[in-house]
Amino acid sequence: MIDGRTTHDRPLLCVENLKVYFQSNGAPAHAVDGISFEVREKETVCIVGESGCGKTVSALSILGLIPTPPGEIVDGQIIFSGQNLIKLDEKAMQKIRGNHISMVFQEPLTSLNPVFTIGDQIGEAVYTHKQIEPEALFQYCVQLLNDVGIPSPKQRLNDYPHQLSGGQRQRVMIAMALACDPDLIIADEPTTALDVTVQAQILALLKSIQKKRSMSVLYISHDLGVVSAIANRIYVMYAGIMVEQGNTDQIFRSARHPYTQGLLASLPSLSKRGKRLHSIPGTVPNPAYKPKGCPFHPRCRHKILSCQKEYPGMCDYGGGHLARCPVLFKPKGYKG
Amino acid sequence: MNLAEKKLNTDFYIESPLPPKRTRMQEFRRLFAQNRLAILGLFIFILFFCCAVTGLFLTSGSRPIFDPAMVRLQEKLRPPLAKPNLDSLQPQEVPALGVYLMGTDDLGRDVFSRMLQGAWVSLTVGFVAVGISVLIGIFMGGIAGYFGQHHIRTDHVLFTLALILGTGLVIVNFVFIGTVLLLLCLAYIFYSLLARHGSTEKETPVLKAMLHSNAVSVDTLIMRIVDIMLCFPSFFLILTVVALLPASIYNIMIVIGLTSWMGTTRFVRAEFLSLREQDFVAAAKALGLSNFRIIFRHIMPNAIAPVLVSATIGIASAILTEAGLSFLGFGVPPPHATWGNILSNGKNFIFDAPWLTFIPGISILIVVLSFNLFGEGLRDVMNPKLKERH
Amino acid sequence: MLSFIGRSVVQKTITLFFVSIVSFLIIHLAPGSPSQVDPLNPKFTPEMVERFQKEFHLDKPLYVQYIYFYRDLFTGKTVSWKDNQSALKKIWERFLNSLPLFVVGTLITWTLSFPVGIRSAIFRGGIYDRSATFISYVLISIPGFFFAYVLIIFVVTYFHVPVIGLETFGIGDAPATYLFMDRIWHLLLPSVLGATGGIAVLSRYVRSQMLEVEGQDYIRTARAKGLSPEQVHYKHALRNAMLPFVTMFGLILPGLIGGSVIIESIFSWPGMGRMAYEAILARDYPIILTVNFVSAVLVLAGTFISDLLYLVVDPRIRL
Repeated sequence: MIDGRTTHDRPLLCVENLKVYFQSNGAPAHAVDGISFEVREKETVCIVGESGCGKTVSALSILGLIPTPPGEIVDGQIIFSGQNLIKLDEKAMQKIRGNHISMVFQEPLTSLNPVFTIGDQIGEAVYTHKQIEPEALFQYCVQLLNDVGIPSPKQRLNDYPHQLSGGQRQRVMIAMALACDPDLIIADEPTTALDVTVQAQILALLKSIQKKRSMSVLYISHDLGVVSAIANRIYVMYAGIMVEQGNTDQIFRSARHPYTQGLLASLPSLSKRGKRLHSIPGTVPNPAYKPKGCPFHPRCRHKILSCQKEYPGMCDYGGGHLARCPVLFKPKGYKG
Repeated sequence: MNLAEKKLNTDFYIESPLPPKRTRMQEFRRLFAQNRLAILGLFIFILFFCCAVTGLFLTSGSRPIFDPAMVRLQEKLRPPLAKPNLDSLQPQEVPALGVYLMGTDDLGRDVFSRMLQGAWVSLTVGFVAVGISVLIGIFMGGIAGYFGQHHIRTDHVLFTLALILGTGLVIVNFVFIGTVLLLLCLAYIFYSLLARHGSTEKETPVLKAMLHSNAVSVDTLIMRIVDIMLCFPSFFLILTVVALLPASIYNIMIVIGLTSWMGTTRFVRAEFLSLREQDFVAAAKALGLSNFRIIFRHIMPNAIAPVLVSATIGIASAILTEAGLSFLGFGVPPPHATWGNILSNGKNFIFDAPWLTFIPGISILIVVLSFNLFGEGLRDVMNPKLKERH
Repeated sequence: MLSFIGRSVVQKTITLFFVSIVSFLIIHLAPGSPSQVDPLNPKFTPEMVERFQKEFHLDKPLYVQYIYFYRDLFTGKTVSWKDNQSALKKIWERFLNSLPLFVVGTLITWTLSFPVGIRSAIFRGGIYDRSATFISYVLISIPGFFFAYVLIIFVVTYFHVPVIGLETFGIGDAPATYLFMDRIWHLLLPSVLGATGGIAVLSRYVRSQMLEVEGQDYIRTARAKGLSPEQVHYKHALRNAMLPFVTMFGLILPGLIGGSVIIESIFSWPGMGRMAYEAILARDYPIILTVNFVSAVLVLAGTFISDLLYLVVDPRIRL
């Protein structure tokens, strides 16, 4: 992304050393264990990782939606347009949610309230932040549905969520998120529950909307294929920490962390046809019982003895490309 | 753990920390231990159980240690902890503890002995009644849930109707019609046995086709029976039956059991319906296991948890129902003490001898409360959703 | 919709038919016989017994008795064996006595249990929730008759007002306000007692429904929209949590004729429960059967209404 460099450089959201722990019976679960990332204006940032690595928790903590108890933001700060969201009280957060930052959830069926019509739910989002007349509100909702590509929006406004198809429900969710022209949309695996064809449509929709309205998007996914299609920059998350970050090219062409390499290798593609697909042995560790040292080391092919003792630091590969693996770090031989 | 990983781990002597391994039972115990009210309930329940059992031994036999039926008219309505007036009593009339622990009633009977005796009644009523209702409930619900889609043929319905009607008519002295119906049933059995042997006939007659048509599915039949039972106001039904039958504790247990199985049936059925569709049942079927084995080895263990919960709470309500019946005078016949009839007697002296009301009342309250708390605790522990939430 | 109604009506009629048979059989096949025809009863001579049997068709076979009874019931000619009064009229009078108890009790139940349950759910785990939970367990577990006596002692000793019966005996010519207050006092205690169990059960149920709904994804969506907690709880959550309760309106209906035997006997309240109880004691078959039949009709009508209500309130269900 060379053209938008000037606007891209101004960070809109900046998360620093965020730690979210869940108190459960026994040991506290370190769901998010000190992550830092930033989203700049008009940029699409992706957070990638296996399920259970803390992606959704990070997203929810930005909006202050972590269920407390048992969840708790232990440390860190979330700076959004100059204010620390963690320090804000509930009233002030309500003004941010939906208005400046909005969220699209994973399951469009369960995320829409079954007993209210689409119109009610979209209109409510608008009315909460900008008190406008019912007539204008109706027109605005029709316009929104039109924007997200729902046919005959006037009729659809009186429908209940169960009367729509999965893709249309997700479009409604997006319309709801767009309602107040937010600066940032957090999309938490918005296409996971959808068919592949619908998935492509929703992605295209998100992309075009972002371009039209010049917003930033924080896209959370486990699907590298999807991510490669929309991301400007990518953060790879594993067991509550960021293991690698960089722009799309850097991550897909020259991944430096064994985990990212494993993820890329396990991506099916036509060129690997007939060959055995790579898989990373083991599973994501239980967030309450993480291994000491590098959390990835029990599954790592390149591990050395120090991996189980020292928590690895970020190694800078230049150009904003960082990876948390000193074992593979060879700064001299690195190119591009 | 696959081989490659194992090898890697042994190469480097690296072990990733695993959450402490817990069996289901340990997990269950740990969750239960956090629910203090449930623990309290369990504790009271065990205490009550011990009291009832020892009470049974101490108050029964020809010369019980605590005689609940010993009348001492000169010692009536003594308050709790009162010392007996030794001058006016025969040696065998002196209470075993040398003190009226819970006072005496209007006939000078020792309330403590009577409470001990009553504890056993409450316990057995609760357990037997709930046992009956749970057995019926599991049976009916299991059949409705597992075999629900099967249909009953018209001839079977007719056969059962004729059998029941015939027996009923014979019992109420319409011997002729009844016998005819029973003979018809007998003839039908012979006919179907014969038909099975010579099953090579080609054309099926219209009558036979009609008789063999599907009348009603098992599920519908059982659920309609449940609906019918639910139409009776349950306390009235119990009252009616108990009033019409000779007074006996067994009748009460059976009647309470027979009128409270509908709830269990309903959710055993629901559990079975959902479990039947699960993959592990499909797998068991694919392995060629018998229905019997699938039901008892694979489905039942999964369906039993909510049954246990409702049974625990059912015991509580059965004890309350028995107390209510005793209070109305339909309970266990008089010389035998139950908590309900101690209270019912005591209400006449509520201002002179409040302990006669309060001791059994509070005892019932505590015991029923313990069952309810324990049952709710079980429900919380067994509910996977709550497990995650807390 | 129409086919649903038609199907339910047919189904419920069939159920009713079986209920009528079962209740008839239970009563007539049980050992013992009504006092009027009991040969051991010294009050009645054999001639009287015979006349009585003739009059009430007790000499006929059972199925004829059944047909006679339900013919009489539908033409409104059923009479009580005890005093030859019309059964329906008798029930109606007692029903009017029970009605205020029922209405006040239901009002207390519904107005109290909803706020308590909702509050417990919103502040779950807090001191309010825990004490409400414990109190409702106590209320569920307390034997009604015992609680009644405790309350009577409490009210009589602290407020010095009589509470037994419909009104104070021989109060005839007191001033109107005094009469009114007297009535209220007499009504209040049995209604509260009738409501206790209901409050406990219903508030627990409201709480669990609310908790269930509060854990749903759409509540998170509502919060993510920036709605205030009040809107989230009382609009999004409550509306969904209420669905099962709307259907419970239908299920109140059978309570109309239920009446609590125990509470009515303690308070000497001449209501439905007492009448049924006395009828059972006297083996007054027509009254028992009529009460049973009416209550079965109410149960079935109640479930029917609740099904219909569900159709109306839940947009997901369409026929």
